[in-house]
Amino acid sequence: MSDVDVQDALGPSPDEAPRPRGPRDAGASIWRLAAHRLRRNPGALLGAAIVLVFVLVALFAPLLAPFGPTELPGRTEIRPTYIPGPSAEYLLGLDRYGGDLLSKLIWGARASLLVGVLSTLLGLVGGSLLGLVAGAFGGWVDTVTMRLVDLMLSVPSLLLAVSIAAVIGQSPTAVVVAIGVVQVPIFARLLRGTMLAQRGQDYVLAARSLGLSRRTVTMSHVLPNSVGPVIVQATLMLATAVIEAAALSFLGLGGGSPTTAEWGRMLTAAQNELEVAPRLALWPGACIAVTALGFTLFGEALREALDPKTRR
Amino acid sequence: MSREPLLSIRDLEVTFRTEQGETTAVRGASFDVLPGETVAVVGESGSGKSTTAMAVLGLLAQNGRVSGGSLVFDGEDLARATPAARARLRGREIGMVPQDPMSNLNPVMRVGDQIVEALEDTGVARGAEARRRTVELLEEAGLPDAERRARQYPHEFSGGMRQRALIAMGLACRPRLLIADEPTSALDVTVQRTILDRLEELTHELGTAVLLITHDLGLAAERAQRVVVMYRGEVVETGPAAQLLRDPQHEYTRRLLAAAPSLASRRIQIARSAGETAEADLLASHPGDVHEPAGGAPGASGASSDARPDNIIEVRAVSKRFQLRGRGLWGRGTEITAVDDVSFDIPRGTTVAVVGESGSGKSTVARMMLDLVEPTSGTITFEGRPVGGRDRAAEVEFRRRVQPIFQDPYASLDPLYTVHRTIEEPLRAHGRGDAVSRRARVHELLDAVALPRDLLRRYPAELSGGQRQRVAIARALALEPELVVCDEAVSALDVIVQSQILHLLADLQHRLGLSYLFISHDLAVVRQIADQVCVMERGRIVEQGTVDDVFDRPQQEYTRMLLDSIPGRDLDLRSA
Repeated sequence: MSDVDVQDALGPSPDEAPRPRGPRDAGASIWRLAAHRLRRNPGALLGAAIVLVFVLVALFAPLLAPFGPTELPGRTEIRPTYIPGPSAEYLLGLDRYGGDLLSKLIWGARASLLVGVLSTLLGLVGGSLLGLVAGAFGGWVDTVTMRLVDLMLSVPSLLLAVSIAAVIGQSPTAVVVAIGVVQVPIFARLLRGTMLAQRGQDYVLAARSLGLSRRTVTMSHVLPNSVGPVIVQATLMLATAVIEAAALSFLGLGGGSPTTAEWGRMLTAAQNELEVAPRLALWPGACIAVTALGFTLFGEALREALDPKTRR
Repeated sequence: MSREPLLSIRDLEVTFRTEQGETTAVRGASFDVLPGETVAVVGESGSGKSTTAMAVLGLLAQNGRVSGGSLVFDGEDLARATPAARARLRGREIGMVPQDPMSNLNPVMRVGDQIVEALEDTGVARGAEARRRTVELLEEAGLPDAERRARQYPHEFSGGMRQRALIAMGLACRPRLLIADEPTSALDVTVQRTILDRLEELTHELGTAVLLITHDLGLAAERAQRVVVMYRGEVVETGPAAQLLRDPQHEYTRRLLAAAPSLASRRIQIARSAGETAEADLLASHPGDVHEPAGGAPGASGASSDARPDNIIEVRAVSKRFQLRGRGLWGRGTEITAVDDVSFDIPRGTTVAVVGESGSGKSTVARMMLDLVEPTSGTITFEGRPVGGRDRAAEVEFRRRVQPIFQDPYASLDPLYTVHRTIEEPLRAHGRGDAVSRRARVHELLDAVALPRDLLRRYPAELSGGQRQRVAIARALALEPELVVCDEAVSALDVIVQSQILHLLADLQHRLGLSYLFISHDLAVVRQIADQVCVMERGRIVEQGTVDDVFDRPQQEYTRMLLDSIPGRDLDLRSA
């Protein structure tokens, strides 16, 4: 009995392939399927929209902001007991030093994006390298690397951040390094774990049986199949990084003066004016919350779209 | 039929909402289950058999619903009953034994407590009475030392014991209908038989009707009075088990019967001639080939270790011990012996099968042959040269000549590689030809495994199980290997697809002169493909010889038990 007569007798083959689920008939990779799913997920769309607005605002801050990041256009209108509220000239009102709140929020988006992206990149690259080394070689290399990672995890992140600021001084760089270093063990463990799981898969055994070198097996099979969770984690980490950046500069680790256009810094300054002008705290707070929400929504949706349980 | 049916399904239609819109999983299914009767629903994966069972239980997945027809249980239409009414029936009137004993018990709850919970929830018994009843139920399900066992956690149970616990749970409230969804598919054949025997006795004593869902026609015919055959969501044939086997009406049932591997089936014909000559040689050169399990083997194998050119690979006194990690940082690990003093040869151009139950060490043997796992002691000689511990060039050469095909076609292909890239990879890795000649070779391989060319740009997720296994075979053949190690290569496939792949393997062997090491737990499949068989039990080969010798005149008790446990053994399944 050959395949052909089974098909003749029963119409289509009983061994039917799943219908291609992508926008096209054939050739839909996991990533394209994920993109297809993301487009149908309202949470993902909302998250993506927030992230897009945030990135655009940060990029085009010079065009969008009515005033420069350090300008104090309303300096003369400030009184010790009175901070002018929203007006035609200053849409969201002035702050304690006579800066335009809207301009500072817009410039602050730029600072947040920079700190968030740079620190996550640092954590991603550093962590992935460690994880790759541990996951690719295994054995004692794995043990040593992972104990190193455990050491990093055992130091509280705030203590680490303060120590870094103490060494390299209070500056935005200190904040980037502090947040990035804290992320390193998270990425390292994640990548190592996924790679170990992938290494036991049959397709990796099959690749080894083909006589491929360990480097080829790792770089063209194990690694590409392990990066999904890492990318998802990076998206979620961006949200945390934005919050952490605000928290660290709230504590003054970011350096700069009280007039610096940075969301966390603006919150610090707003503390003293809560009674007089609560909007000075509300607006930057809302910006931090909404941005973090955007990244989280998008990251969660990405995780769902790439989930192997729903992939088949 | 004089009695009123207990369950009467009429024109049942079940639809699922998916990303592509609605799909119909069950279409116009109708059949009855009489009180105390066992009815088997047979079909391949995706035929709608489990969906039908879930519809009866009212446990369809969230995106599924009964969109037509009726499900009348004891005079009440379940399709129109309220969720509360259905919940009341579940457990009390309709019991369930699920498929996978490994994942269907709560791992953080004592087994006894889980049954007590079922009893209390349905109001059958409470407190001390429920505990007493639980022990009784476990005993009834054939669990020895039930009182102590009830206080243990699921991880302390073997697969067979878990399934007994699930049977106890399913029958806890003395339901009138028990739905058993592939109750023993995850278990070894010998365990499967004892469990099914117990289930049969119990339901017979209690007068419980059983709806048995299975993919195994032999098992269905052996255990059920009536068989319902489902294909692509439709009931294609219903009838008394014996009659259905003897005189199948529908084309699909005939195909299923023809494809069903059974002990009565013969070695697949294409390769028969090649196999016969090899067997004749073998008998000439190996007088008294059947090894005794213990004692005699090392000496005998040591004597015959001088190179015999007609054996492509020779395995001599190979053992593998694994170190299990100990407790704590400095804890001493324990050692387990996965493979113990195993010796056999594979004559060129023939198929040697290694059969055994889970944990018998057969997969470790396969991995040692592929040089993926290093033996602790003993030698494996491929074409006169020892396997393992060579320089890189020799390793690459060995890997070209020995290729694997794994069990799970879902796991053995890189999900990020297209079919073309998967099949081309070995050619590229070994620097065969340029892009154009490689493409031509990929097309040739695709033809060899009977796959259409328009699949080349697809990803594994867009292929069926059978297609994936064909791609895996094409990849394995790309470098023109001489030995192919098939590790449960057809076990994950539906019967008809399984039969197609077996024929493909036999055909390729015939055309390309391949030698196979065929690892399987399924003796009926082995009978169709192998020339010689090694039976493994707990790491040792207990019996080896030609297929006909081992199957028709088993020498060892264990082999006899394995053979007897095959469902449908005594039935006259029409073999192709």
